Amino acid sequence: MQQRFLEVSAEAEKKQEERFSVWLKGEGIPFADADAAAAYRERVSLMKDAIQLRQQPKRIPVCPSAGFYPMQYAGVTMYDAMYDYRALGTAWEAYHLDLEPDAYSAPTTIVPGRVLDILDLKLYEWPGHGVSHEREYQYVEAEYMKAEEYQDLIDDPTAFFLNLYFPRIFGALKPLAAFPLLPPVNEIPMVVPLAAPFGAENMKGALESLAKAGDESLRWRSALREIGGRIMGRGFPSFAGGFTKAPFDVIGDSLRGTRGVMLDMFRYADELKEACERLIPSMIKCAVAACNVTGHIMPFIPLHKGADGFMSREQFKTFYWPSLRKLIIGLVSEGLVPQLFAEGAYNDRLDVISDVPKGKVVWWFDRTDMKKAKETVGRVACLAGNVPLDLLCAGTPDEVKTHCRDLIDGAGVGGGFILSTGAGIQGSKKENVKTMIEFCKDYGRYGKR
Amino acid sequence: MTEALVQALVDMKEAEALQRAKHLLAGGTEPLEILESCSRAMEIVGQRFEKGVYFLPHLMMAGEMLKEISAMIKPLVQEQKAEAKKGRVLIGTVEGDIHDIGKNIVVFLLEANGFEVRDIGINQKPAKFVEAIKEFQPKVVGMSGLLTLAFDSMKKTVEAIKEAGLRETVRIVIGGGVVTEKIKDYSGADAYAPDAMAGVRLAKEWTQRR
Repeated sequence: MQQRFLEVSAEAEKKQEERFSVWLKGEGIPFADADAAAAYRERVSLMKDAIQLRQQPKRIPVCPSAGFYPMQYAGVTMYDAMYDYRALGTAWEAYHLDLEPDAYSAPTTIVPGRVLDILDLKLYEWPGHGVSHEREYQYVEAEYMKAEEYQDLIDDPTAFFLNLYFPRIFGALKPLAAFPLLPPVNEIPMVVPLAAPFGAENMKGALESLAKAGDESLRWRSALREIGGRIMGRGFPSFAGGFTKAPFDVIGDSLRGTRGVMLDMFRYADELKEACERLIPSMIKCAVAACNVTGHIMPFIPLHKGADGFMSREQFKTFYWPSLRKLIIGLVSEGLVPQLFAEGAYNDRLDVISDVPKGKVVWWFDRTDMKKAKETVGRVACLAGNVPLDLLCAGTPDEVKTHCRDLIDGAGVGGGFILSTGAGIQGSKKENVKTMIEFCKDYGRYGKR
Repeated sequence: MTEALVQALVDMKEAEALQRAKHLLAGGTEPLEILESCSRAMEIVGQRFEKGVYFLPHLMMAGEMLKEISAMIKPLVQEQKAEAKKGRVLIGTVEGDIHDIGKNIVVFLLEANGFEVRDIGINQKPAKFVEAIKEFQPKVVGMSGLLTLAFDSMKKTVEAIKEAGLRETVRIVIGGGVVTEKIKDYSGADAYAPDAMAGVRLAKEWTQRR
């Protein structure tokens, strides 16, 4: 493992071109007319040029992170969006077709409430289940994995998730604690130990819950496919098509929790590093599989615990970056373009994160200094960002314009830049979002200046 | 003797620090003296945090070690000297937001710096802040929030405090997540703290002045 994922594969370049052409083609998208198809391809080309750093795009693409904003925009509550897929579609359609950002932010994070209800997810509180109908879902911080369990995770990640983690985070899946260990099942005496746990009544109940959750998930997926078709069919390519996370965040967000993982850097340093390594292949495979299905090139990777302030530079280099870099290399080797959304600021580690193959990733920043980023990471990677949320929520259109102008004049020079926001734009004033999009489409034209 | 304990704490050497504290106790060092050296160590840790040498994990670890040593020593302290507290700070996460890690760090640092802190927890309605201010009579009120929805909750809380006629009795500081200087103006708070130590500094400044 130590030696794997250190260098990109020889076919990375070819695979990337193939994936770009699949994305560009948009096969299966029900385009409204030839103009819509042309607009879609034009927008994919803007992003492709920005990503590959080979030539300046015609203009800077504007791809804000919609977050939960479309619901606010259309006057749909979070509860409705999570339980009524038609309301979800209406909101997403209204936001994209009215404001015309350059990319479609698929509502993949507006997860179906009924699936959460059926499985009784403990990780989050959601509308009608801990928070009011109008509020967004929120993560419930806790230690869902104990520090003493690192070795279980390292020994067999799948068994750890099935036997220990799922029973804790899904009320309906407690019986999975008895799910059999799989590697021993390879000889005739092990057939019964494999099958027997599934005869227990409570296990049958758990599997039934999974089947019900599966039915609902398929309904949601088909609704999402239809919503996506309607919006992409009007000329808006999706901004991402898959999801994965940095191994350190897998552990730090929802296994050990923030407090747990911060203490583990002192108390369980070796175990933490090894566990991160063990998670790399799964986190690569899930993004590759999702992008194969969506025909997209960019898996979305939100980065949480590696920001300035959350750990020292030394800790970043020791605990966070090695496994994240391997994840990046693994994805790039498959022809994918990791879309690394670095929440918080990364000013103190821009040199470290510049160690990525050129023209193969997007570094999307939140509070990072974009001038500094342009001089470092910007030499090897497309930058995205970073209109701040305080400005969009509490500022004026003129202030938004000034900020966007500075971004375009700085980070936008010579291409390699996608204008976006520092986070999901819920809470923003409509006139500010509109100004951001319209101003950048005009001022961000490269031929103009 | 206690210098080695201070050093171990400052260097984040948990096992060594606990060992040294135990030895000091066994060797007859006054429990209060040990606690005082812990405070000295926390002060140095705080300074390193401000200088950008230490970060949140170090504060968390320091808090853990302090908790462990206090648990070892507190039962041995016959009667607690009434410590001269610096001032009262009320703190909570505003309505709609259930995040508390940042807030908890601020609480830890305030307490380590001698403040009397009341933490009213997460997702607190404006009325809860008002009620707690009436009861606890703090000089400083801290509001925390991670999400953009906190902007309006902070604004409403400041308004509620104003309506209750308590605005002049407290100084209000906001912090956390996406909060910025701009949101200070938006919400009507007195200050924005970009990090935990900045919050402590503000509290010190405000409690000294009044």
